[in-house]
Amino acid sequence: MKPAKFDYEKPRHLDDAAKLLAGANGEGKIIAGGQSLGPILNLRLAQPALLIDVRGLTELSGVKEERDAIVYGATTTHAAIEDGRVPDAANGLLRKVARGIAYRAVRNRGTLGGSLAHADPAADWLNVMVLLDADIELFSARGKRSVRATALVDGPLSTVIGADEIVTSIRVPKLSPKARWSYYKFNRKPGEFAEAIAALVVDEVRGLARGIVGATAAAPSPIADARPFIGAFDPTKAAHAVTAAGFLAGSYEYQVHLVALKRAVMQLSS
Amino acid sequence: MKTISITVNGKPAQASVEPRTNLADFVREHLHLTGTNIGCEHGVCGACTIEVDGGPARSCIAYAVACDGATVRTIEGFAADATMHALREAFSAEHALQCGYCTPGMLITARDIVLRLPDADDGRVREELAGNLCRCTGYVGIVRAIRRVLEQNKL
Repeated sequence: MKPAKFDYEKPRHLDDAAKLLAGANGEGKIIAGGQSLGPILNLRLAQPALLIDVRGLTELSGVKEERDAIVYGATTTHAAIEDGRVPDAANGLLRKVARGIAYRAVRNRGTLGGSLAHADPAADWLNVMVLLDADIELFSARGKRSVRATALVDGPLSTVIGADEIVTSIRVPKLSPKARWSYYKFNRKPGEFAEAIAALVVDEVRGLARGIVGATAAAPSPIADARPFIGAFDPTKAAHAVTAAGFLAGSYEYQVHLVALKRAVMQLSS
Repeated sequence: MKTISITVNGKPAQASVEPRTNLADFVREHLHLTGTNIGCEHGVCGACTIEVDGGPARSCIAYAVACDGATVRTIEGFAADATMHALREAFSAEHALQCGYCTPGMLITARDIVLRLPDADDGRVREELAGNLCRCTGYVGIVRAIRRVLEQNKL
């Protein structure tokens, strides 16, 4: 389908973008790659009055390396991460995940910030950023603030990002070179949104052992202590983790998430 | 309406477009380059895949206005491209098309695979083709055609 009519602005500075968004009275939408928003506009599920294109904003591009974290500009594309054109804060995890997002034609335009703002429960970056305890940095005409990825989602396709706020960057804490991770995504065809995701990360240097059960109804479900899943699969703890993610024992969704978790455990120990 | 300038197949194109005009409709309706096909119109089927700034992109979910200043190549723009020539021959030899609707997008993706992943095996080719649907061939001929060009390039 063709989208409903909208107006379009491409501001030169982040300040101007924030002013345009604030002035749109909730009828404005930020667009960068448009790979999540485009389909939704074309299907007329969203009918904003104004699109504000932030793709060219220098304030939202580039990568900064800090001592304990890497800060990715919101318009960093999936392809840039896949190709290793930007450093990987998570010891190869980001690069591996990027390669599995949708298709190359989508990865060339789709952005990290856009994916997080869209917050599809089955999207890879949302699940990865919760796993890695990243921070999402926001900007509006009111000022700056930062939201933990673990507190970003407040419902299906819904976030705590205000109608006047723009995702500017994503701060991902660095894993040590000794850290191990696993990421298992269940989908029927490569590139589709996942039916189930499970991921684990163990970093002895940072004293970190956590996981997520993802592709849930809304936010990824954290596994705060993943030690029972290191080197062995604890079926009772796994059942508990999948139930805690909101799935009813015996249902199809429960089974695929349980299998995803089991395979993530196997990946980690192999 | 917004005025945009896009370089399409080496030629500058200027037009006044509605912001909601997608890039596929822009090349088809404004420039009469109808080699680009539109299938699902929400980024899933891959029929509309064209090259934007050197890489494949979905022209149904890229708005023309957002591509102001970009360099675009549609299937018509590869007449003198050696890789595309080899792919066309291979698609013909391996029966990699039947109705042909997916073929323009398939070729753009195939060219990206050949140039970006010179060591791709069957599995990787299939993984990379997941974003281009073909409802005729069953993909066997398409995978063989791409592998044929990959192997030729190793000689």
